[in-house]
Amino acid sequence: MTVAAHRGLSPVRTVLDNGAVVIAKQSQTTPAVTVHAAFHAGTVFDPPHLSGLAHFLSRTIDRGTATRSPETIADELDRRGVSLATSVNRHVLSLVCTCLVDDLEPILQILADIVMHPVFPENEITTRRAEIVTLIRQDDDNPAVVAMEGFLAELYGPSHGYGRRPRGTVDSVEVIDRDALQRFHTARFGPGSLSLVIVGDIEPVRAVEAARAAFGEWKAPSPGTVELPVTPPPLARRVRVVPMMNKAQADVAYGFTSIRRSDSDYYAFWLMNNILGQYSLGGRLGGSIRERQGMAYYAFSSLDANVIPGPLTIRAGVSPANVERAVASIDDELSRFAADGPTDAEMAESKQYLIGSMPRTLETNIGIAAFLQTEEFFGLGVDYDVRVPDLLTAITRDEVHEAARRTLRPAQATVVVAGPYTGDLR
Amino acid sequence: MATLERATPAAMHVHEEVLDNGLRVLIQEMHTAPLASVWCWYRVGSKDETTGLTGVSHWVEHMNFKGTTNIPRDKVKGIIEQFGGYWNGYTWIDQTTYTETATRNALDRMLFIEAERMTNCLYDPEDCESERTVIISELQGGENDPDTLLDQELTAVAFKAHPYRHPTIGWLSDLQAMNREDLYSYYRRFYVPNNATLVIVGDIDKNEAMRGVVRHFDRIAQGHVSRRRLTKEPEQLGERRLTLSREGTTAYLKLGYRAPSISDPDFFPMLVLDAVLTGAKGVNLWASFRTPPAQRSARLYRALVDRGLASSVSGGLVPTAEPFLYTLSMTATTGTPLARLEEVVLNELESVRTRGISTGELEKAVHQLRARLVFENDSITNIAHQLGYFETIASWRWLESLHTAIESVTADQVRAAAVERLKSTNRTIGWFEPVPIGSVGGASGEGAGAGPVSCTVLGER
Repeated sequence: MTVAAHRGLSPVRTVLDNGAVVIAKQSQTTPAVTVHAAFHAGTVFDPPHLSGLAHFLSRTIDRGTATRSPETIADELDRRGVSLATSVNRHVLSLVCTCLVDDLEPILQILADIVMHPVFPENEITTRRAEIVTLIRQDDDNPAVVAMEGFLAELYGPSHGYGRRPRGTVDSVEVIDRDALQRFHTARFGPGSLSLVIVGDIEPVRAVEAARAAFGEWKAPSPGTVELPVTPPPLARRVRVVPMMNKAQADVAYGFTSIRRSDSDYYAFWLMNNILGQYSLGGRLGGSIRERQGMAYYAFSSLDANVIPGPLTIRAGVSPANVERAVASIDDELSRFAADGPTDAEMAESKQYLIGSMPRTLETNIGIAAFLQTEEFFGLGVDYDVRVPDLLTAITRDEVHEAARRTLRPAQATVVVAGPYTGDLR
Repeated sequence: MATLERATPAAMHVHEEVLDNGLRVLIQEMHTAPLASVWCWYRVGSKDETTGLTGVSHWVEHMNFKGTTNIPRDKVKGIIEQFGGYWNGYTWIDQTTYTETATRNALDRMLFIEAERMTNCLYDPEDCESERTVIISELQGGENDPDTLLDQELTAVAFKAHPYRHPTIGWLSDLQAMNREDLYSYYRRFYVPNNATLVIVGDIDKNEAMRGVVRHFDRIAQGHVSRRRLTKEPEQLGERRLTLSREGTTAYLKLGYRAPSISDPDFFPMLVLDAVLTGAKGVNLWASFRTPPAQRSARLYRALVDRGLASSVSGGLVPTAEPFLYTLSMTATTGTPLARLEEVVLNELESVRTRGISTGELEKAVHQLRARLVFENDSITNIAHQLGYFETIASWRWLESLHTAIESVTADQVRAAAVERLKSTNRTIGWFEPVPIGSVGGASGEGAGAGPVSCTVLGER
């Protein structure tokens, strides 16, 4: 067992004997505790023919254990006012809840039972499958989702871990059965893939002991890794239009692959993205498309530097009559950024903002827990929060300019538009 | 289960003061993080709008981010971000509000921004024009979502006279027709200190904060808010129904029951009833939607979701100044006829009207609600929101008695509220029935009002 503590947030990070990581942070804002359990069990681990398996598991894992019926779990959580939110992203499956301080121990016991001994009852699988099919059909009718999923499929390929639909397809979900769920659980869930963050009005030593009591005896092999091919940037611009004529507004998803989170250029990319499409109301993109041209309620960019180079995505929701003008404006903003780089004022503003916003990011228990999970997942170190200001301050204008030059290339962009639009976008 | 004593937040220490010009100021020191949150609330919302001007409150809110006499248009961007801060605003039926949360040393800046916003906004004609299309885009984005569309249509049918009937975003034709003078005169009429509440919460000294408030706001003259008399919604004489048949993939069912306002004795029994039916949400409009309710053991979840009839069910009871709606929203699973879903949910509601709720259900609901009150006070922004929200619809002092009000609800009161409020003559039922995509023909792309929407209102019966 190792224990380390640092200044700043100074969480206590403990590795249990079975390999589970427990991170505890005391915060006294409210008499409540947030518990955030993360497993390396995201959608990239879906077998190719069973896309949607991780998501399916996230909706069934808490529906019965060897000793608790689904109704018992629901009753035990509900009577404490606790809702357990399960969610899944590319790499991680998370179970998150907030409870009153005095409920922490029983809640951890229930959580441990859920992740260690799920039984996936057949009737629950049938019911949840119908729910998931309904969700997929809702997605099919949602231009924002259609644009984003279409964009990722174009960028990475529809069978790549980053390009697949996270909830799968109606066909793939139909064949996911109890056996598949159990195999996925056995393969991906164990103390070696768990990081458990506990933040709230509780002494770290008590939090760690509660975690040890709940998870300490868990024995299971460590899960394997998965090969994720790095997609080379496209040589030419790709444009896809998905007409959805029953809708009022079109959604645009436009972008590129970016970098790994571990890339030393990450902080330059972070600043670039902030200046391009985040700062104030959507950075330069929001300033042009929303503020100056009045074309959209939203226009922004987001950066997902991940295990492999994730997407840098620009999103806008526009009237069908403005699709071409909005995409042309995005092209112009990117070209200008790549050619001229950021201004000194923009560099100063974005640094000041990102550094100054740390106390806000770390104000709530939920916010702190999410931050500590990211820190753990990417191996940033428990003192990462105190290092952020220096990491950002050190970035020069030239480094951000270079990041822009490398990435913001309209001639190689992938663009997907979904909505009541059938025009000839190029 | 946790002891309830630990679930009771510390006593509120709110400093309340009213300036000579009528501005009400609420300050609460909280030293949990080096931050301060400022909210400025106005008693104006879409219920104050007349025909031809629907959506004006919300459009005015947008215009109040576009520069003032002393904050040039090009200096707006970054004015709070340089303190690591966040700012935003929202408009709803009873209120318009603006907020900044930033490091505590930004307090003076935040007060300056709000004082400027109260009296010096520019309303540049070009900005008004360019914002028209932004707002129409916001409206159309909302209408892309069938559930949002159904909600809007249901509300319009549930009220035939009270201005709660029209959507806060406004009707499209009004957004196309309104002009700069409409916006500016509305702004001048309602943005006066005697129609506002300023809330400050955070790592500040209340005396110093109060001196800042006086420095920035004392000079602003009070105004006369000519508030028109609102039509009282007449008694509903029968159930109302509407069906939207529109291209889509999924069917939705929504029930809207006339609900008690915050000051009605039925409000808290209804809040407990909603917790029994769909899980407790708390009473923070700003925070509650971020955390889903604990609802797996709730009656309607078990009857609808666990039986595979719906993929989701949610209840909505929000504190409002006047009687609004208690809504129950359901998404039908693929293949479930809306008639079947409706039959089951109405049976469940009839059951609670006939037999009431058990003591166990009451205890669970009360405990859930108390826990939610703790969870929703997890940031200075949320705490400040609640002070301003309640002051704007009634009085911030409601917050002091929320716990007591919830705990004193009895099972008999819940049953009585169910009998009275969930009766058929008090409801509007909305169906969104999808028709196959491609079966209707191309939409004009000018919003739902011009698209292939057929809205059948069967009226009262």
